[in-house]
Amino acid sequence: METMLRDRRAALLLVGPALLIYSLIVLIPIVWSLVYTLFEGNVLSGFQFVGFQNFVLLVNDPSFWQSVVFTLKYAVAVTIGQVGIGLLLALLYVFYLGRASALIRTLIFFPVVLPAVAIGELFQKIFEIAPQYGLVNSLLQAVHLDGAIQPWLGQGGTAFWVIVIMDIWTAMGFFAVLLFAGLVDIPGDILEGARVDGATGWRLVRYVVLPLMTPILFSSFIFSINGTLKVFASIVALTGGGPGQTTTPLTLYMFNTAFSNGQYGYGSTIATALAVMCLLVTLLIFRSARRNVA
Amino acid sequence: MSQQTSRLEEAMNRRQFVKVAGGATISLAAFLAGCGSSTGGSTNSNGSAAIEFLSVQQAGTGWPLVLSTITDEYAKTHSGTTFKVNFAGQTDLNQKVQLLAGQGALPILYNSPPADLMAQLVKNGEGLDIESTFQQLGVLQELQPVAVTLLKKVFNGQLVALPFELNIEGFWYNKQIFTQNGLQPPDTWDALLQIAANLQQKGIQSFSASGKQGWPITRLIGNYLFRKLGPGALDSVKSGQAKLTDPAYVEAAQVVANLGKQGYFGKGVATIDYDPSIDIFLQGKAAMLYMGSWELRDFNNPSRNKIGANNIGFFPFPNVVGGMGSSTQTPMNAGQPTSVNKQKYNATIGQWLAFMAKNYGDVALQKEGAVTGFVVHNPPANLDVLTSLVENQIKQVSQPVLWFEAQFSTKATNISQQDAALLATGATSPSNFMAAVQQAF
Repeated sequence: METMLRDRRAALLLVGPALLIYSLIVLIPIVWSLVYTLFEGNVLSGFQFVGFQNFVLLVNDPSFWQSVVFTLKYAVAVTIGQVGIGLLLALLYVFYLGRASALIRTLIFFPVVLPAVAIGELFQKIFEIAPQYGLVNSLLQAVHLDGAIQPWLGQGGTAFWVIVIMDIWTAMGFFAVLLFAGLVDIPGDILEGARVDGATGWRLVRYVVLPLMTPILFSSFIFSINGTLKVFASIVALTGGGPGQTTTPLTLYMFNTAFSNGQYGYGSTIATALAVMCLLVTLLIFRSARRNVA
Repeated sequence: MSQQTSRLEEAMNRRQFVKVAGGATISLAAFLAGCGSSTGGSTNSNGSAAIEFLSVQQAGTGWPLVLSTITDEYAKTHSGTTFKVNFAGQTDLNQKVQLLAGQGALPILYNSPPADLMAQLVKNGEGLDIESTFQQLGVLQELQPVAVTLLKKVFNGQLVALPFELNIEGFWYNKQIFTQNGLQPPDTWDALLQIAANLQQKGIQSFSASGKQGWPITRLIGNYLFRKLGPGALDSVKSGQAKLTDPAYVEAAQVVANLGKQGYFGKGVATIDYDPSIDIFLQGKAAMLYMGSWELRDFNNPSRNKIGANNIGFFPFPNVVGGMGSSTQTPMNAGQPTSVNKQKYNATIGQWLAFMAKNYGDVALQKEGAVTGFVVHNPPANLDVLTSLVENQIKQVSQPVLWFEAQFSTKATNISQQDAALLATGATSPSNFMAAVQQAF
């Protein structure tokens, strides 16, 4: 095998088909998309070169900035929720439930395998106000808190928190399992030693468990923040980005701009901005991780 | 591992390896190329018509059902004629039409995109001039003049679409609620507001509307403008003589915002989708519904209509006191129109089109109870009461008017319908709403 892999032609032939497909369906569209940022138009009217006009438009577009603010707010809230609750669940699995945690782990992991559309429908029903009250409004009515009954998904402010709750609930099981794997990897004698030295409860977690879990915690943050910056399906299923544009993330704004409004060039510019944002956030976390792990 | 490697090297010398790997790559390329869709020709191999329809309605329902029935009849004398439906969701239509047109794969029939995209298709030779074609085929008289007027107005003076529907719009009301509360259909906008206030006092929801769709709310803005400023109100905006941010136009958004502020749309209007908004009315939970006559199919469906078809009345959008328009100027549309791809058109398709035009009005009325823009030659003996009402209203129309976004760009239409919920819930001001739409105009 070594002889064969040293032969460049053989290596090229082995890698060639996969590289060809990767180039066709990943690299070329990315480069193509970058080129589109310098053009405006659509497949029917044709494309006109507009230079950096799309970038000027982007900077001066209030809808773009509204989507950026929503995306960042959402990413921060959901990432903290997903990783934070995931960590608490992992601690619960290891320190309290022990071997009996398998069933609970399975139940909490279950939403991860559900389709986003089904989860969106479920939460729509839970927070419904018309034609009939959903679970939340019915409960409020039952405890005579009629003043708190409201269209949860019909107001930008409350719809944001419903989306956050939904996406934390959906993914916390995944992060719990990920962090659980990190937690069980901590050698038992270290924990035992710490206990002998008097570290229990919160102090054990704060000074022993968390430092030893730093690498997996950072991986979880990177997974979560990149997933949340690219959120699309769950919001489309729950609110469709509305009311108005109040719950429209950058991905949905890009989709609407390119495919509903037929502005492919400007849509590509928004996509580029989103890619840059993902890259910056990931770099930031990596730098921070390197410093902390070191 | 090394044993496996040496076996591989033994079994396959370099030349053989090159052949296998090269063959695999070529096969893969051929497979990927084969994944592309066909270009959807309009003639079968035996020379008969192959009608393919890119439709937002599923096969076996609505227009596809009527067209397949007509094609089955046509195939009795023109054997081999086929009819196939390619379904596209309403929200995917514009994108799909653009992508197919870009690849020269648009089928012979397709639901028309908005006017700005349709103009591009016509320019690119993918939109057939229905008027001259039907003239040549000798079937132009099969189209109702009012439908032709409407479609020409939507598509910048050209007849480039078929009117598979012909709808009037106005307020449908629950007769029982009106009678029990001593109310009469209003003649003026002020009287309508008075009715809404009376109902509100008695704990009855006045209007059912879908804020999620948006257009049932923006329709009210458009109609108020037609009544207040006359039927040319939005033509002036299109020509640039007026702006949506002018005080008279903002007033229209203000009166509709006031309906929401007073709570006349009920709770959670922003979250209500199209079907629930219809159900709220048909279950007797709201007194009025602004809607088009295409909803007759649900009004006449006893499993959905719990208040009964005989319990539903209709009144036109009322006059605005001192306004330049009148309630005889009826909001109308040809539903979701359908265009014909000029590049796929030939004499065989022409024969089918002529046959379809002669039969569409009759078959649609018999099969679906649908009023269309095609002439009806043999009306059914016992037409239901609501369909008769709509037919009579259409006969009385002196001047049709379009809807709020009819002449807007695709982007302005999207913004208008997207922000309508914000307007109805007070989350945006009328002036900001109109400014956002005007900016995208």
